[in-house]
Amino acid sequence: MLYRETGQFKTSYSADQAIFPIFQDRMFILGWLIVAFIAVPLMASEYWFQIILIPFLVFSLATLGLNILVGYCGQISLGTGGFMAVGAFSAYKLATNVPELNIIFVILISGLITALVGILFGLPSLRIKGFYLAVATLAAQFFLIWMFNKFGWFVNYSPSGSIAIPPMEIFGVMVTSAKADPVARYYLALGFTVVLALLAKNLVRGPTGRAWMAIRDMDIAAEIIGIKPLATKLKAFAVSSFFIGVAGALYFSAWSGTAESDAFDINLSFNILFMVIIGGLGSVVGSFMGAAFIVLLPIFLTNLFVGELGFSALTAKHLEITIFGALIIFFLAVEPHGLARMWQVTKEKLRIWPFPH
Amino acid sequence: MSAVENPRQISGEVLLNVEDISLSFGGVKAIRGVSFNILKGEIRAIIGPNGAGKTSMLNVINGFYHPQEGKITYKGETRSKMRSHVAAKQGIARTFQNVALFKGMSTLDNLMTGRLLKQREGILQQTVDMLLHAVYLGPAKRQEVVERKVVEEIIDFLEIEAIRKTPVGRLPYGLQKRVELGRAIAMEPELLLLDEPMAGMNLEEKGDMSRFIIDLNDQYGTTIALIEHDMGVVMDLSDRVVVLNYGEKIADGTPNEVSANQDVIDAYLGVS
Repeated sequence: MLYRETGQFKTSYSADQAIFPIFQDRMFILGWLIVAFIAVPLMASEYWFQIILIPFLVFSLATLGLNILVGYCGQISLGTGGFMAVGAFSAYKLATNVPELNIIFVILISGLITALVGILFGLPSLRIKGFYLAVATLAAQFFLIWMFNKFGWFVNYSPSGSIAIPPMEIFGVMVTSAKADPVARYYLALGFTVVLALLAKNLVRGPTGRAWMAIRDMDIAAEIIGIKPLATKLKAFAVSSFFIGVAGALYFSAWSGTAESDAFDINLSFNILFMVIIGGLGSVVGSFMGAAFIVLLPIFLTNLFVGELGFSALTAKHLEITIFGALIIFFLAVEPHGLARMWQVTKEKLRIWPFPH
Repeated sequence: MSAVENPRQISGEVLLNVEDISLSFGGVKAIRGVSFNILKGEIRAIIGPNGAGKTSMLNVINGFYHPQEGKITYKGETRSKMRSHVAAKQGIARTFQNVALFKGMSTLDNLMTGRLLKQREGILQQTVDMLLHAVYLGPAKRQEVVERKVVEEIIDFLEIEAIRKTPVGRLPYGLQKRVELGRAIAMEPELLLLDEPMAGMNLEEKGDMSRFIIDLNDQYGTTIALIEHDMGVVMDLSDRVVVLNYGEKIADGTPNEVSANQDVIDAYLGVS
């Protein structure tokens, strides 16, 4: 009843191939955009921005990037943290060495640099698959973090080894560093996330995405129908790393303001992989759901255990990790296709509501 | 796709010629010195008992296996070792014995993958095209509609309108076979290799599939090479038949000649 495409007749292929062909979906997206761009900035407090909203956006973007590689192209990567570090450190080097460059370009160029690094580490994917590729990307993770630790050039020889974003402006509004208003930083992250998410959605439903999914579903058949395996996989590595690099640059510039290479360690890679799995492999909307789930759950649990039940912080932390692990197992067992699949099922149910089937 | 003016004219022009092909995997000789040709516009059957090397032969033709010996001439050009995506580009399409569809994608998307080889080549062009598709404006959007039209004609031809948006993993086997044929047709091949297109089908589905093969050959002039175990189908559909046994060619000729050949009868029925 509520969600139904009945009566929505498409009379041209271009209407049928629109990004959101169903009216209810268009309204749904529009609603979220209104909430994100207008309602949230009016209502949210600084705590909300810093603890929930900006990290959610940053991690959504990183999850989306990893989902392109893992969910759409079927190439497993454990190097996400390392790639985010490339984005963050590129942004730092650009912002400090070329101060006249606008922050938007700083972030975009950081993404492009990460894309190049991603292509480099994607080269083994022609020969190795599955777990073996995961191990190869793990090497990327450790190598990159080692590199940023080892060479002082990356941190402008700061003795602490940490980097800090200089204050930067867009149209005279300060958007980075602690001096900036959280709302401005939120808008910076939101702008990038929304635009890139729409681009990703278009990519995965077009020829590029079809080639990726063909490689994912059956690489031999894909090659026999004329898809070049290496070029297609490298495109996935490039696009995925671009997204992750932008996410890394935003992590550093819009969210934390300062960073050390250790912030981008293997734990971050695993966390983002969990977001992809819980959100749903091969789903753009799932990437957002996965990121929301993993960003919000610890905050919710901490509030519940410490705030409501009065546990000690340490006990709460342990419980949190336990519940977190249990939930991942639960998801893998019960709904391997993640939250996106649950959302899909809900939509199917809504189509026939109030009837059971 | 455009229908050929004067259908069913087998000109005698050789589309593909294989000469003295030998293929072995370690000590196993899958194909030993097999030669035959495929004429433009004909339906050519490759038959033989299990393990005769039929599928290996198709794999050699579309560049998936590289024979140790022998020469393959396609469209007048002797070709060297190549990867199968190059063969696809040159107009050789195929289907598989066990359906090799992209299970996570819809019928429509599976057919659309067949159109991917019409994309522009080159790193720069590919990057530009990718960005255009990402913003989904102008030429990219028009291109998608053009490809969709081609694919919709194939959907119409194969009578699979109803399953257009169904993920192929959910389809019954017979329909999957049909979608796989559709994907190969979407490549607009000059030479279509079909590996047991009727395997596991019931009589009605076999009838449908035979009709599609004949129509494809008839209306679009596509040259077809097929492997099939159903002798009725082979005899009715094909212009010429090549028979393999233990990797060797034992007969080659029209269906009537082949079915009268004593070696063929021995290979199929055994010798007392």
